Amino acid sequence: MAHEEVKLFGMWSSPFVRIVEVALKIKGVQYEYIEEDLQNKSSQLLKYNPIHKKVPVLLHNGKPIAESLVIVEYIDETWKDNPILPQDSFERAQARFWAKFIVVKWLLSLWKACRCVENEREKAMEEASENLKILENELKDKGFLGGETIGLVEIAAKIIAYWVGVIQEVAGVEIMSRQKFPVLFKWIDELFSCNVVNESLPPKDKLAARFRSLLGSR
Amino acid sequence: MADEVVLLDFWPSPFGMRVRIALAEKGIKYEYKEEDLRNKSPLLLKMNPVHKQIPVLIHNGKPVNESLIAVQYIDEVWKDKSPILPSDPYQRALARFWADYIDKKIYVSGKKVWQTKGEEQEEAKKEFIGHLKMLEGELGDKAFFGGECFGFVDVALVPFYSWFYAYETCGSFSIEAECPKLMAWVKRCMQRDSVAKSLPDQHKVYDFVLQLKKKFGIE
Repeated sequence: MAHEEVKLFGMWSSPFVRIVEVALKIKGVQYEYIEEDLQNKSSQLLKYNPIHKKVPVLLHNGKPIAESLVIVEYIDETWKDNPILPQDSFERAQARFWAKFIVVKWLLSLWKACRCVENEREKAMEEASENLKILENELKDKGFLGGETIGLVEIAAKIIAYWVGVIQEVAGVEIMSRQKFPVLFKWIDELFSCNVVNESLPPKDKLAARFRSLLGSR
Repeated sequence: MADEVVLLDFWPSPFGMRVRIALAEKGIKYEYKEEDLRNKSPLLLKMNPVHKQIPVLIHNGKPVNESLIAVQYIDEVWKDKSPILPSDPYQRALARFWADYIDKKIYVSGKKVWQTKGEEQEEAKKEFIGHLKMLEGELGDKAFFGGECFGFVDVALVPFYSWFYAYETCGSFSIEAECPKLMAWVKRCMQRDSVAKSLPDQHKVYDFVLQLKKKFGIE
């Protein structure tokens, strides 16, 4: 096969970048990682993602792809070993649904709840809690989210759970607690202990410091 | 084995229209069930307990939620006819990216156009037209977003055409004047039976919007 050039534009504290990185590692794809300073975006990033100007951006043989879930699907379709999405169409639809829920609703609603000013906080916390209840109920019902094989949903959940843990600790709130969501916690604990995922997670204290400064500056 | 396909929908929903178009493109026979969103059916609440929203595609009793996920599901299950997504992984990624852009930008900015007035509305109009122009740029000189064939991004965007008259009238502007190439693309899409039969009349949608405005006390 001809020489493949794969580059990933990312930022160390972005969970969405980590999800893409784990996908690449699981597939055994060799890639070059380029750390972006989001306060001072490189001309390359702006060239390859002119629409959203965000990370992650994957560059494969000069062709750019943006949006983490779009990138993961591309990776899964291009490098066929170790599939990340289920093969069955119905299971794949479920995996897409839950991956989006985890990335869009779980993380963002919790982040919003931690950042909100006092009078909006209660409503935001309620929304975050509702989303967690949804995950809890689905796990109670089915025992898993998405398909029965380990893949994107599990990768996303493990990474997002890590981020949520740090954010909560820094913000001093406990929306996602073991008492309120025992099934969710058990599921996360039991998720495959995978070196690839663990190695991609930034050190807790470094991430905490980052969120402290993000939450502090309001 | 006969397939049982049911679509829970609400007639003015652009998201519902996407699934209608996909089903029509594939020639799939299905049962259409109109939902009253102020009085959701037990079936809807059972099939989409997470968001309690339409559209819900129910295939042999199993629900698929979220319009773009449902369209991809339809494309994968009924893969022998009228492909909706391209076969090349990079083209598929581009199609998904633009469908995601439409999801994030068009519905929300369009809503702001009919929900606001004065200064706020002027801002909303600018934003909405900006997004349409971005999409028009992406279309370029192609017949459809995917190239020569009608595809995923076309399915994602064309339903909003049924809301154009409402946006234009509420906001006093002309989409044809701002984005003529996009309107030419709309006309090409509307020549397809699957699209023409899936979109409601624009005036009917406008009446619906007027009712919503009254209900929410806008103007």
